[in-house]
Amino acid sequence: MQKRLIVNHQLLEIMVMRLCHQLIENHGDFSDSVILGLQPRGKYVAQRIQATLANILGKQVPTGLLDTTFHRDDFRRREIPIAANATKIDFLVEGKKVILVDDVLYTGRSVRAALDAMIAYGRPASVELLVLVDRLYTRHLPIQPTYVGRQVNSLQSQRVLVEWKEQQAEEDAIWLITKTDE
Amino acid sequence: MQELSVRHLLGIKDITPQDIQLIFETADNFKDVLNRPIKKVPSLRDITIANVFFENSTRTRLSFELAEKRLSADVINFSSSGSSVKKGETLLDTVNNILAMKVDMIVMRHSSPGAAHFLSKHIPANIVNAGDGTHEHPTQALLDSFSIRERLGEVAGKKVVIIGDILHSRVALSNIFALQKQGAEVMVCGPITLLPKYIKELGVQVETNVRKALEWCDVANVLRIQLERQQMKYFPSLREYTLYYGIDKKMLDSLNKEIVLMHPGPINRGVELSSDAADSHHSIILNQVENGVAIRMAVLYLLAQKG
Repeated sequence: MQKRLIVNHQLLEIMVMRLCHQLIENHGDFSDSVILGLQPRGKYVAQRIQATLANILGKQVPTGLLDTTFHRDDFRRREIPIAANATKIDFLVEGKKVILVDDVLYTGRSVRAALDAMIAYGRPASVELLVLVDRLYTRHLPIQPTYVGRQVNSLQSQRVLVEWKEQQAEEDAIWLITKTDE
Repeated sequence: MQELSVRHLLGIKDITPQDIQLIFETADNFKDVLNRPIKKVPSLRDITIANVFFENSTRTRLSFELAEKRLSADVINFSSSGSSVKKGETLLDTVNNILAMKVDMIVMRHSSPGAAHFLSKHIPANIVNAGDGTHEHPTQALLDSFSIRERLGEVAGKKVVIIGDILHSRVALSNIFALQKQGAEVMVCGPITLLPKYIKELGVQVETNVRKALEWCDVANVLRIQLERQQMKYFPSLREYTLYYGIDKKMLDSLNKEIVLMHPGPINRGVELSSDAADSHHSIILNQVENGVAIRMAVLYLLAQKG
């Protein structure tokens, strides 16, 4: 297994800061906007975005967690079953401008499931998608992100991994992992 | 990355403590789904489930049907009254005919102990035992433990007494297995004629004085006297049973401690439980019913995953 660093912690911080300013450009004071992090890994990105926005704006933007397990289209088709995570949304999505947040956009299937899952909480005014990494040319569905941290050109056999200190990683970082035959 | 160790839910005896944990964790998520404005997920949209009930049921059948619909499964219902069973069709023929209509899962209640085991050996569908005679009723035991866990934080280390007609109760047997697998202490209490002869071999305590049992326990699970299963007289009269084993609010209040009161339903008010006890703050009877849907969703979802 080869692990290549593509974004280090300083760059990642700048990236999150830039994404936050782009969000402010579109959402102003966030009075009608909410953030939804996709479980399990979008949680950390959403928390980071919320904390950074709180520093800039001096207010907490409502942030929830959305689990898509029961809405996935690969139930009973996967080799390894996935465990469900908690959904935690203590505000109404109805009429809100929703920003879905995830770490890596790959096939787009999780985002499709997330759109489906989110609708169960009401009809949002609009939905945008923010991802740290957009893997190019890998989409199975016509889904494009609104805000992108970094575009990455990668092979299907490779994996993009975003690590956070909150998950006991040494540093925040984004890695490109290539499996090699040993 | 977890899945159940079994393809069928035939009884609590056959599953592991890890299975129980997984079912509870999944049920937590489904309970959350049930509190949303739209209480439905599309997980089982390509699955057809037959509810095959050879015995009467209100709660269990409604609860399973609701769980299936909340998971977007297609549901067909069958009850033996008004069916060809009356014309002499065997269980296996009946079920195979249902399966010929491309059904993926069978939820079955039957009056013969072992009916679900028998079926699981002969047909390819996933089977959920919704009660087989006096043997097991696994989803009831799971929702009972889930309700204890919800009220008291955990099941391990808790003292649970099961009071009433232990001899004829599938709920009692499933509960004993479920509670022991989670590390709870179990006691059974009832007239000696309604306690199975070898019950002690299951490692439970036996008590015939209901007052002492209540003083010992954290949780009391009260069962109905199943007159329809009793072929002979086990006690002189229901009135006498109520005098010795009936629980009322006065008795609960005199304990000077908080206990959790459960009942799998249907309650015979004024027999095993007085109305004021059943409706008191001790009682989590309606929570049990609410949790039943989440537990059954979790079981169906996890079994469907196994295929």
